[in-house]
Amino acid sequence: MTTASHPHTVPDEVRRTFGARVHSWVVTVDHKRLGMMYVGFGLLFFVIGGIEAALMRTQLAQAAGKIIDPATFNQLFTMHGTTMVFLVGMPILLGMGNYLIPLMVGARDMAFPRLNAFGLWLFVFGAALLYYSYVGAQGLYGTSAAPDVGWFAYAPLTSKTFSPGNSTDYWILGILISGLGSITTAINLVATILVMRCPGMTLMRMPLLCWMMLVTGILVIIAIPVLTGAQAMLLLDRYLGAHFFDTQNGGSAVLWQHLFWFFGHPEVYILVLPAFGFLNEIIPVFSRKVIFGYALMVAATVAIGFISLSVWAHHMFAIGMSPELNSFFAATTFLIAVPTGIKIFTWLGTMIGGRMTFATPMLFATGFISMFTFGGLTGVMLAVVPLDWQLSDSYFVVAHFHYVLFGGTVFGIFAGVFYWFPKATGRMLSEKLGKWFFWLLFLGFNMTFLPMHISGILGMPRRIYMYQPDRGLELWNMISSIGVLFQGIAVGFFIWNIIASLRNGKVAGNNPWNAWTLEWATSSPPPEWNFDQVPTVGSARPLWDIANPQDPDSRHEHHQGEGHQ
Amino acid sequence: MSVATSTPSLPKQWQPSRGKVGMICLIAAESCIFLTFVVAYLFYIGKSATGPQPKEVIEMPLVIVNTIALISSSFTVVLAVKALERQKRSAFLGWLALTIVLGLWFVGGTASEWKGMMEEDGLYIGTNLFGTTFYSLVGLHLLHVVVGLTMLGIVLILGTFGFVRDRHAHSFDMLSWYWHFVDAVWIIVFTTVYVIGR
Repeated sequence: MTTASHPHTVPDEVRRTFGARVHSWVVTVDHKRLGMMYVGFGLLFFVIGGIEAALMRTQLAQAAGKIIDPATFNQLFTMHGTTMVFLVGMPILLGMGNYLIPLMVGARDMAFPRLNAFGLWLFVFGAALLYYSYVGAQGLYGTSAAPDVGWFAYAPLTSKTFSPGNSTDYWILGILISGLGSITTAINLVATILVMRCPGMTLMRMPLLCWMMLVTGILVIIAIPVLTGAQAMLLLDRYLGAHFFDTQNGGSAVLWQHLFWFFGHPEVYILVLPAFGFLNEIIPVFSRKVIFGYALMVAATVAIGFISLSVWAHHMFAIGMSPELNSFFAATTFLIAVPTGIKIFTWLGTMIGGRMTFATPMLFATGFISMFTFGGLTGVMLAVVPLDWQLSDSYFVVAHFHYVLFGGTVFGIFAGVFYWFPKATGRMLSEKLGKWFFWLLFLGFNMTFLPMHISGILGMPRRIYMYQPDRGLELWNMISSIGVLFQGIAVGFFIWNIIASLRNGKVAGNNPWNAWTLEWATSSPPPEWNFDQVPTVGSARPLWDIANPQDPDSRHEHHQGEGHQ
Repeated sequence: MSVATSTPSLPKQWQPSRGKVGMICLIAAESCIFLTFVVAYLFYIGKSATGPQPKEVIEMPLVIVNTIALISSSFTVVLAVKALERQKRSAFLGWLALTIVLGLWFVGGTASEWKGMMEEDGLYIGTNLFGTTFYSLVGLHLLHVVVGLTMLGIVLILGTFGFVRDRHAHSFDMLSWYWHFVDAVWIIVFTTVYVIGR
């Protein structure tokens, strides 16, 4: 393989005016640019959602805090949750899939490039609509600004009676529209993975990230439409006088919970499976070993996809379901821990005996494994119904899902950002600043969320805007709030790192990590057409095969029974 | 630049068509939206305390004629696809036009059904839970019929002016899949509303 470089793409762009450059980004159908815009918007909203969280922690730092009034606090936790799930997790993960999948399967673009652009702009429109609520939701009523019904928007809080202004409508429409964007992106990802693979790339030779994205895409296709349907019903309730969730006229508040969580729980796996995928790429490269148990990892992923569709009501143990239903959903929740555990051991098995180096992507990957396992174990605790009755809606639950979604998903995202930033920009991120970022974030994260387990067990409910003194909660809340400070400084290091590295970071070259998958075969950044010549592969590690012609993987894979499908 | 391979012969790869995968995914997503409304319908059967009940307002003969029209349109659209593949232009246009007429018949029939329910029986979306679930489920399906008819109509207009050739057969076949989906969903809706729910 020759070292491909494409200098002619860059100066051409530099010469253009600012307006022409913006225009080229708006009209682009290039999966790489669209993917970078997804990630860029996602990181922007990560900062906004982080500021919302910091405001809440400021209020809760001391007992009987007086900084934020209750109505604003309700808006803050609603917007923080909605932002982090729909405007941070989804776009960054789907966006990175968008960027990486065509490169990894050796394609020149996604299966439907224009649909891809449509999906991005739907997402941006939905996000803008949600945040416009701060200005526009006052409507004719002059009441309320941003949505304040919580990210899961339980009925009957969302009915016209209890939510008179337009804030809930902005929540519904913003999420509905960005949800349609997610569905189109998922269709595109599934089609790209199944249809656009280069010659030789059988399903069992795909990088594992492609498998994770395939299952994620299928989950998006199944789960998001259920939320869309439920939101359409809610709109009918609010505007045409229908009674789906109208408890005054026979409607059911519990139906909303079932529909929401039928979407909501697969959503959790939508948010974590791609992050698993990042680890599957990063851990082998920084252990200098083949992934341990490729087929097992694929099987575990598919199993998680299936089981995740049947665990939703474990969010609803406290509403008084029948013992049979409680037992069923507790059992499925225990069950899903098994394939997840298999993945943890697969990563550990890859690391054992490897020559590990701890560059920033690997730091975040190992941080992911430890923190996600911690959150997974508290999840198994919460699946025990009697324990859940005690801990439901307490800060223990807040601690649990932040260990999974922050310690898991967000750490995975940063592992991926540090790993693929050189590919996308041609420049390395600074290792020194990256290590500061990781350790400050790791420290701040644990300071904030570890004490929440204790304040939750002591009985602090989630979503309260203040708590009385002398309940033994002051110390734990103070530590949580100080932790936010460290996280804030850490994110400052990250932003500094991005800006500094874009300007004068080390030039990356095609394959700075000495990795084995196809995205590292082309130049950094890749040309618009990705590959000058559509590649052909003979194993799951094509770049290893080129570097080691005396001992290519393809010679071994037939013995393992892999490679054919 | 090329990524060389060390295996002389490439293994056989399963690589379906782009349009088929995309359309199957779209149909799966749409099915999940319908599933949500069907679940809500089943959940609320018999829970309307006041207002007209299904037995009092549903006119089966009208619905059955509607159903026959819609199901037949699935057959005519298949004939249109076959005609396009064999480059029989007038047969293609004829079967396509008949498909659209049958679809329009369904829309008109539903309109007269709804008119009767509203004017004679006083059943609106806000009257009771039956009204809520009935109009939204049947209405969601009707919306899909209208979208399908719009797309078929565009093909008919383009076809009349000679822009649809046999190389478009695959795309038109995908559109016909969507139309089959709309028909298949009607069988589910029919069973839910007019068989189980009556």
